Amino acid sequence: MFKKLLSVVLAALMVFSLAAVVAGCGSETKSDSLKFGFIYLHDENSTYDNNFLTAAKEACEKMGVEMINKTNIDESDACKEAALDLVDQGCGIIFADSFGHEDFMIEAAKANPDVQFLHATGTKAHTEKLDNFHNAFASIYEGRYLAGVAAGMKINEMIESGQITADQAKMGYVGAHPYAEVKSGYTSFYLGAKSVCPSVTMDVTFTGSWYDETLEKEAANKLIADGCVLISQHADSMGAPTACEAAGVPNVSYNGSTVNACPNTFIVSSKINWEPYFEYAIKCVQEGKAIDTDWTGTIATGSVELTEVNEKAAAKGTQEAIDAAKAGLESGKINVFDTANFTVKGEALTSYMADVDSDAEFKGDTEVVKDGVFEESKYRSAPYFDVDIDGISVIE
Amino acid sequence: MNKTKKHEPLVHIAKRDSLPAYKAWAIRATAILAALIVAGIITMLLTGENPLKVYSTMVKGAFGTSRRIWSLLQSLAMLLCVSLAVTPAFKMKFWNIGAEGQVLIGGLATAACMITLGDKVPNVLLIIVMIVASISAAAIWALIPAFFKAKFNTNETLFTLMMNYVAIQLVSYFEMLWENPKGSSNIGIINQATHAGWLPTIGNFEYLLNIIVVLALTVFMYIYLKYSKHGYELTVVGESENTARYIGLNVKKVIMRTMILSGAICGIAGLLLVGGTNHTITTTTAGGRGFTAIMVSWLAKFNPLYMILTAFLITFLQSGAGEISTVFGLNESFSDIITGIIIFFIIGCEFFINYKLHFRSSHKEVK
Repeated sequence: MFKKLLSVVLAALMVFSLAAVVAGCGSETKSDSLKFGFIYLHDENSTYDNNFLTAAKEACEKMGVEMINKTNIDESDACKEAALDLVDQGCGIIFADSFGHEDFMIEAAKANPDVQFLHATGTKAHTEKLDNFHNAFASIYEGRYLAGVAAGMKINEMIESGQITADQAKMGYVGAHPYAEVKSGYTSFYLGAKSVCPSVTMDVTFTGSWYDETLEKEAANKLIADGCVLISQHADSMGAPTACEAAGVPNVSYNGSTVNACPNTFIVSSKINWEPYFEYAIKCVQEGKAIDTDWTGTIATGSVELTEVNEKAAAKGTQEAIDAAKAGLESGKINVFDTANFTVKGEALTSYMADVDSDAEFKGDTEVVKDGVFEESKYRSAPYFDVDIDGISVIE
Repeated sequence: MNKTKKHEPLVHIAKRDSLPAYKAWAIRATAILAALIVAGIITMLLTGENPLKVYSTMVKGAFGTSRRIWSLLQSLAMLLCVSLAVTPAFKMKFWNIGAEGQVLIGGLATAACMITLGDKVPNVLLIIVMIVASISAAAIWALIPAFFKAKFNTNETLFTLMMNYVAIQLVSYFEMLWENPKGSSNIGIINQATHAGWLPTIGNFEYLLNIIVVLALTVFMYIYLKYSKHGYELTVVGESENTARYIGLNVKKVIMRTMILSGAICGIAGLLLVGGTNHTITTTTAGGRGFTAIMVSWLAKFNPLYMILTAFLITFLQSGAGEISTVFGLNESFSDIITGIIIFFIIGCEFFINYKLHFRSSHKEVK
């Protein structure tokens, strides 16, 4: 009896699921409203991708645009497939968030001239010269500089309280790859700290991966063991911040606040807010205007942000110092890469040919030092500052 | 109550002699249905979504458009290719856990040819060099553990597993060597402008070549295992090494020969992935296929034709899963849960095909 009943139930279920499948296939609707497709390397568990996910959601809600997200898309043919699938679903704009997605987005852009393709952190839009492929980044070096000011304030406090001497003022930095984006980031962070604490030095170590929690944790622990009194990082997991919390070492974070996981050590975090860029791109498409080949967000566009300062870990007067430096940056009084503020092998930098064009030759092709300033993010949106300056030692 | 009465267990497990094919398939179908019901209940409890909607989304994600069907066939072909590669080794009871690394080495050899020889030699010659390089590199990579197994009886499970990490590190080294731009550890699409070394496409069908190659390999492997002398020999070695030796087989030779074949097919997978599809190499190019392939091969009981089915099932679950996270905003982990439940039931049902359960019934007492 039981068996018979079971078979009837199963048969009924099979019919239902088949019916659902058939019904599901028929209900494809096409609407005229703009659709925005997003491609992410990981999902919300990565601080990097989560930053894009949040911005995408807010921008699309605000502009009344339908959003289609594709997470965990590898830097391979899968990216092109995802982009083309988004085209099939009627997306007018498609965005990809990871550096390695770029070539595959270019392939998709070539095949679909009517669809706009956006790519964060990429370097090839200005040399590919496609009307529908665009790069974007933000002057995050300014945010890093401000975060560095907070770090410098904390170190000054340690020196004043007698916890360390001025000679022991050494920071540690966990970087992903020895790539210009990372170098530009840690150099501006260091210069920010140095602007308030002249004796500060910094050790940098690379994990060789954008996302590896264990490696990042180990790297932070090693820096702490080597005498670094404050840690910051440019890698996308919680590895370094949690290592700092466990060791009781102050941490300046990236990509967003880590205060919930690290209530005692988190000072402040800089991050890029991508919402202004997404809104800008949507507006351009809606109004039929061309999107910039290289778009660089700034403090003024609201693209470069600092989170709230965690009073529990930060030094007194940190917020005021950040505000003052921010005003200086906005008015142009402070230039992060002012060549008067750093030396290279003991000498001032008077000329530098940066590798702005990503071609087969890894040679500098553009003079970027002008009027005593290294002009970062001017000739393309992605950073190209890759000079090793004095005061920072890279640990192999 | 009779105190001397023997205690009869509630369930008594007995091995089945054999089961007619239709009954075995009925059990499998029931298992899949039961899996869908359990996964459906869990979906409702955890997310509140309608499970039928979730399933139809999966189907749509896999078959919704012709592009998705092609993409599914391509993924199916690549998984099947690696599964075909591990099958002769597993049939020989040589636990080749190193397919992941063998595929990567094949891909690395392909990429090396494309980068160093691109535009320097005619395209036809370049592609021939790529084919030879990828197949021989992966075959040698697979031969190393086989040689040590044959000569020194080392543990091939550990050996092949370790070789994966060596392969991954080698690929990351070359990623740094060939990176563009500097410092990024990213190779990007190789010869994007000239297409030098890109395997040809048949008509407008980008993935057709891969699919045809793998189909041909499937037929080859079926014949090789079922009708060739080599296939018979490796089966005997797998069943009993002593028997093999007794009947005069050179067991060492069979082990090494089979692993060369296993590696060579992994090399073809690497060639197709790098030269035919991705046109780049990263440490994730093999994408876990080396491990998933083991499941595909086992589920199909090492029969290449059944492997088309099992590889299809797993590819379908994977491509459907991506669509679930897109449509319902559910994390990819949720799709993994559903896939896990379904595979658990499918593997579990093999127990009921091989064994019979006798429940203690009241009928006996009446007698």
